Amino acid sequence: MSFDMYREIIMDHYKNPRNFGAIKNADGQATKDNPLCGDSIQITYSVGKEKLSDIKFNGTGCSISLAGASVLTENIKGKKFDEVKNYTDEDFMKDLTVPISPARRKCALLGLRALRQAMDIEQHEN
Amino acid sequence: MLDAHKIKKDFPIFRQKFSGQPLVYLDSTASSQKPQAVIDAVSECYEKYYANVHRGIYQLSELASDAYEASRATVAKFIGATIREIIFTRNATESLNLIAFTWGKQNISEGDEIIITEMEHHANIVPWQQLTAEKKAKLHYWPITDEGRLDLDKLDALLNGRTKLVSLSHMSNVLGTINPVKDIIKKIRKYRSDIVISIDGAQSLPHIPVNVVDIDADFYSFSSHKMLGPAGVGVLYGKAEILESMPPFLTGGDMITKVTFEGAEWNDIPFKFEAGTPNIAGVIGLAAAINYLEDLGMDNVYQHEQDLTAKVFSELLKIDGLKLFGPKDIKDRGAIFSFTLGDIHPHDLASILDEQGVAIRAGHHCAQPLHQRFGIEATGRASFYIYNTDEDIKSLIEGLKKAQELFSL
Ligand SMILES: Cc1ncc(COP(=O)(O)O)c(C=O)c1O
Repeated sequence: MSFDMYREIIMDHYKNPRNFGAIKNADGQATKDNPLCGDSIQITYSVGKEKLSDIKFNGTGCSISLAGASVLTENIKGKKFDEVKNYTDEDFMKDLTVPISPARRKCALLGLRALRQAMDIEQHEN
Repeated sequence: MLDAHKIKKDFPIFRQKFSGQPLVYLDSTASSQKPQAVIDAVSECYEKYYANVHRGIYQLSELASDAYEASRATVAKFIGATIREIIFTRNATESLNLIAFTWGKQNISEGDEIIITEMEHHANIVPWQQLTAEKKAKLHYWPITDEGRLDLDKLDALLNGRTKLVSLSHMSNVLGTINPVKDIIKKIRKYRSDIVISIDGAQSLPHIPVNVVDIDADFYSFSSHKMLGPAGVGVLYGKAEILESMPPFLTGGDMITKVTFEGAEWNDIPFKFEAGTPNIAGVIGLAAAINYLEDLGMDNVYQHEQDLTAKVFSELLKIDGLKLFGPKDIKDRGAIFSFTLGDIHPHDLASILDEQGVAIRAGHHCAQPLHQRFGIEATGRASFYIYNTDEDIKSLIEGLKKAQELFSL
């Protein structure tokens, strides 16, 4: 695997997370935990006309879950509601561009799980 | 002195490569690897003398029964017990549950008290939480010190007239602490002789010499898979007179002497607690594992791990930002090292080490309350056994330094 998982993109997002923080007066929010390791990601968002106008994340965790949430916010901001709704785990893994080992998939997807919970979207886990 | 390089050659798994590199296995606390002798013993059973035990009249079944019962004798001798006091279970977890479901249900009533410790594995917590909740009894957690030892002075305050059971681990699977169980048991017996004492030996039995009679435990639980044997076999040792007083656990075949339409009569111990067909080849494999360990000598196993611990200590503590949990006095601990490294999440540590072929564990290691005690969610854990060498320590240290480099801001 040779440090694939820790290529620049993960370390970059880990060290300089995008959209980090919480939106005041958000339209929705949710927090998801990974009880195995204590990781916890909170997502807040606000909506514009038919789309997700802003999104931020907060939390603590490993580099994969924090970078994952950061990449998620970058990719999902500005998307239309039905695009968000149809955004699958695989879509996200593609946007992340880094091969994630099976044991760490849960970490990478924690932000997306929180977003879906915040927006009442069914978790299509696989 | 053990020759770990030579021992390593007895374990076929170390011929495999991971990430193109030889395996550096530092998770024996979760489960140990298996020597060829154990693998062969299991195969040989299936190839040469497999049949169900205690049932057949034919020769093959007799051979299998003899080998199964000879394995029981091997286990008994290994821990200084008698054959009737050895019950085969699936694992240490089932052994502890057996105590809770039989002795516990019979002897614990409303208002009674059970003492466990803050350093227990979930297997020695949840069965007692369940039992005390059901019986409206009380569960006390014996506190540990910041160094990860049992606070001996605090035991007196926990013992009282309602104390029925004390259950504690012989060695912590997170801190490596070896608890002075012999002294603890003596102290409890002096306070009151009728308190039943159960020892979780899942981590101690594979690594240090143990004699259950010498330490005077009423129960002693352990798992085969952590001591070179096959998974799927555990042992519960219990003093004969206590086992005889206990109701059965699971019921069905083998554990009865007679069944009529109206009811059944229980078999003698230990069979009373072994319902159904057991893991025959697994039990035989466990005996082969014990023979392997006895050939090495348990004193030598302990000494080897003491030597490794001294080296790990001097190397690990040199790393900036590394926080090691557990006793600092080498002789009071096994070769289990749980740590945090700066702000690096243990999962990241484990992944980075994995990419270098080094297998460590990250998480709460089934001891969440203990992590809560230290105010952390997770630790990395490297644990060592007979096949671990000085080179393995070096790989660990190099891996941790690489992680530190990668994460340096
Ligand atoms: C101290 C301790 N007790 C109990 C257990 C449970 O062992 P098993 O999973 O084999 O039942 C373990 C396993 O990690 C342990 O370390």
